[in-house]
Amino acid sequence: MIKDKFMEWLTRLRFLVKRSKPVDLYDELQFHVEQSTATNVAAGMTAEEARRRALIEFSGVERAREQTFEQRPGWWLGTVAQDVRYALRLLVKSPGFAAVTVLTMALGVGATTAIFSVVDATLLHPLSYPQPQQLVRIEDDLPGTGAQDVGISIPEWKDLQRSGIFEHVSVVGGGSVNLTGTSQPARIAFLAVSPNYLALLGVRPELGRWFDPQDQTPGFNLDVVISDGLWKRAFGTDPHILGRSLRLDNDEYRVVGVMPSGFHDPGRTTEQRNTELWAASGFAAAPAPPPLRSSRILPDAIARLKPGLTIAAAQSQLDALVATLQKQYPADYPAESAWRVRLVPLKESVVGNVRQSLMLLLGAVGSVLLIGYVNVANLLLARASARGREMAVRQALGAARTRLVRQLLTESLILSLLGGLAGVAILFSARGFLLRMVPESLPRVSDISISWGVLLFALGVSIAAGMIFGLAPALHAGRLDLVHTLKGEGRGTTGTGEQARTRRILVVVEFALSLVLMIAAGLLLRSFWDLLTVRLGFDPQNVMAVRFWLPVPNDPATDIYGTTAQEATFIREVLRRARTLPGVKEIAVGNLQSIPLNHIRNLAPFTVEGRDVRSNEPSLVESSSVTPEYFHLMGIPLLHGRFFSDLDNDKTPQVVVINEAFARTYWPNDNPLGKRLVIGRARRSTTSAPAWSTVVGVIENARTESLEQAGVPQVYRSLYQRGDKELAVFLRGQLNPAAIPGEVREQVQSINPELPVFGAAALTQVVSESLSQRRFSMEMVLLFALAALLLAGLGIYGTISYLVSERTHEIGIRLALGAKKGKILQMILRQGLELAIAGAALGLVGALIVSHLMAGLLYGVSPTDPLTFVGVTVVLTAVALAASYIPAKRAMRVDPLVALRYE
Amino acid sequence: MPPSTDLLQGTLDLLILQTLALAPMHGWGVAQRIQQVSNEVLQIGQGSLYPALHRLEYKGWIKADWGNSENNRRAKFYSLTATGRRQLEAELETWERLSSAIGLVLSRVPEASA
Repeated sequence: MIKDKFMEWLTRLRFLVKRSKPVDLYDELQFHVEQSTATNVAAGMTAEEARRRALIEFSGVERAREQTFEQRPGWWLGTVAQDVRYALRLLVKSPGFAAVTVLTMALGVGATTAIFSVVDATLLHPLSYPQPQQLVRIEDDLPGTGAQDVGISIPEWKDLQRSGIFEHVSVVGGGSVNLTGTSQPARIAFLAVSPNYLALLGVRPELGRWFDPQDQTPGFNLDVVISDGLWKRAFGTDPHILGRSLRLDNDEYRVVGVMPSGFHDPGRTTEQRNTELWAASGFAAAPAPPPLRSSRILPDAIARLKPGLTIAAAQSQLDALVATLQKQYPADYPAESAWRVRLVPLKESVVGNVRQSLMLLLGAVGSVLLIGYVNVANLLLARASARGREMAVRQALGAARTRLVRQLLTESLILSLLGGLAGVAILFSARGFLLRMVPESLPRVSDISISWGVLLFALGVSIAAGMIFGLAPALHAGRLDLVHTLKGEGRGTTGTGEQARTRRILVVVEFALSLVLMIAAGLLLRSFWDLLTVRLGFDPQNVMAVRFWLPVPNDPATDIYGTTAQEATFIREVLRRARTLPGVKEIAVGNLQSIPLNHIRNLAPFTVEGRDVRSNEPSLVESSSVTPEYFHLMGIPLLHGRFFSDLDNDKTPQVVVINEAFARTYWPNDNPLGKRLVIGRARRSTTSAPAWSTVVGVIENARTESLEQAGVPQVYRSLYQRGDKELAVFLRGQLNPAAIPGEVREQVQSINPELPVFGAAALTQVVSESLSQRRFSMEMVLLFALAALLLAGLGIYGTISYLVSERTHEIGIRLALGAKKGKILQMILRQGLELAIAGAALGLVGALIVSHLMAGLLYGVSPTDPLTFVGVTVVLTAVALAASYIPAKRAMRVDPLVALRYE
Repeated sequence: MPPSTDLLQGTLDLLILQTLALAPMHGWGVAQRIQQVSNEVLQIGQGSLYPALHRLEYKGWIKADWGNSENNRRAKFYSLTATGRRQLEAELETWERLSSAIGLVLSRVPEASA
């Protein structure tokens, strides 16, 4: 039997290759009819009657022939080839139609594929570590105090490691170090991690070794692993890099490994993802403070779950552990703070905050694509009606309907595949340009590529397009009323009523989609505009910030900036020297957190005197340290009390300046001046009296933390009382942005040549960059919305033109019977308006849904903003009327004589 | 169109194979033969006869040769191949099993209701 099957396949194959002569089949059937006729004659019929009977009996020689022919193996291949040839011939004959369709599809598929490639790289692809689904970030929340992701303490970290839930738990602490010994002192992003960090991620160094996970060290290990980029940049790809020493913050470290190129830390910020140096630390000795359970000094922890454990299962085990710990250490975990540990999929923590924007973009570009489809479907419908007679004639001659439908679908598929091909070609040639438009802060930006998956997506979209926009005309062709069509001499129109209805529906859908897009774009635009014109509360004009960094050696004895007084002396010297730079009118120094809109969390715990006595959990507040000149330089006005002065120093009582929001929150009814608070954690560790700080001044609220949020409570401390290592010098005046970085570096390095000076930026630029992701999505959605508007306008124009040409005869009669031209104009415009109103009704419902989904992306504008909704509807209706006006004018000019003679 | 009894799917193939097992025949002959033998009950529509003949040819169960008919006209004669003969046996077996099974079911019905 198996042999028989095999033989059968072989025979089929032979017939597939060997072409038979169609004449033979014809002859065979002819023979049958002849035999039948002969039998009938023998039964006594006349020759003519016998033949007629025979033919009737046979019931359709053509049909039998076609059905028999279809038995041939690979028969359908032949018809596909035939359809393709026929379709290509038709396209060549109407190049204008072909060009418009292919171009529409190319732009639609190209744009959609471009956005998809971003979504694919960021959201769809798993992180590029082995078994990425087992990787999580551990976040501690204190919902009782309203604080989220507060970091974990060393004892907690140890508990997690021993819990049996995780294979590895690694602490990750980002920061920057001062790399010296290369041509120019450089500040590089470094990551202090537990020695099991790479074992956790499952990545091996390209060169050398990783820290031994057993090699626990109380403090910093003096071995470091560097990134491939740093190896190339700072060490010229030195093959003998292993064992080479380098100076970081004036400490001597040894390079023991080089990471593979393309390795990125799965950090939450761009800065951390661009880490170039990893150092192992036990976080349990100097420079780390004593490991107290309530002092959450570890900013971030990542972990790999035990194999086979799902995140949900791990979370429930973790909840049990948290409950046990809360019972065991009631003093550290007061019930009010409701301490909770949350596992977040690592990928989610990297890309979660851009998901909404990206999905919005994909939705927007998908809508444009859909509108493009609808326009093409309309074009095809118009063509189909012009070819109605051709179709009718072919059907009358016995062509099967399925065959015609298949042929029309082949045509539209060819169009869409050509369009898709052109789209991908455009994408390939423009990808460099497009990638530059993507904001750098987008996570996983380096993973974006036109991969096979992306190409497959483009193919899928093209095929779907061909099916969708080919189906309507094809189905119409399949339902032709032959008699009607063949009688409708030369008019070439078919099933007019039904076709016109389909076209109307298509235009309404198109109109609705563009309304949704325009409203989404309008809301984003208004949000963006509101943010651009928001009252900052500080003046970024003519201000530049240049960052520098004081080293923190592991041995406090060698730290020349170890005490606040030592640091103050240095800062005063920087101020003195920088003041002499050309164009500089004002100057100040602050820590990293004092740079406006830096998006670096700098929450400090604090306790207000006379409040919060029951809880051990301090509240958290944004805090920064600045020199006295800072407020005036930034243009932040004083409301009460005084700014810092040069007299506030490490010998005098600690003072703070607070903003209005802080004053309102904590002393709503009192004069805040003279009130006291403690800033800092771990009060229980200090046996001495708490270090009270006194409020000496209240300043106006300024949006230095976030453009979106007004009135974030803030506390400022004097840099001369509370030093910091990551610093920035602020300069105001008529500055030369090109020269300033060099000039500041020269001044700072003339004090200490080992200090890195970097990150010079105009504050206006910082403000603008903080909007970069928002600007990107706003611009893209706006672009798509305008494209949608244009396409919808064209769609309405096409449909009204079609309806007018359909009714030329009728209009001619109306005019001949004395209808006023104005009435005709009104009649046509009303048709356009009806379509617009139906589309608007549908679109407004869609827009309401979409605007609520994107509420998180809006600022200062409600998702149902009436101005946007009404404005956009009016604009779109105006476009619809304008698009209808051109064909309406044409209708007015119809010459009754010509129109009537047309019949 | 002559009245025709609907044939079970695949039954037409079986009838054609059985008819051709006797002697090579052209299409017309096959149709006539089936009609005669079945006492005019089974009238094969040409719309299904020729597709079936060609399908069997493409499967390699029958083969076709051009020859001359009784009245000396060029005609296409079909004959069974070795594969076709085996296939016929297998199908006959299946058919017998099937028809006896159906027979069993049909004969039990009156008993059950009686």
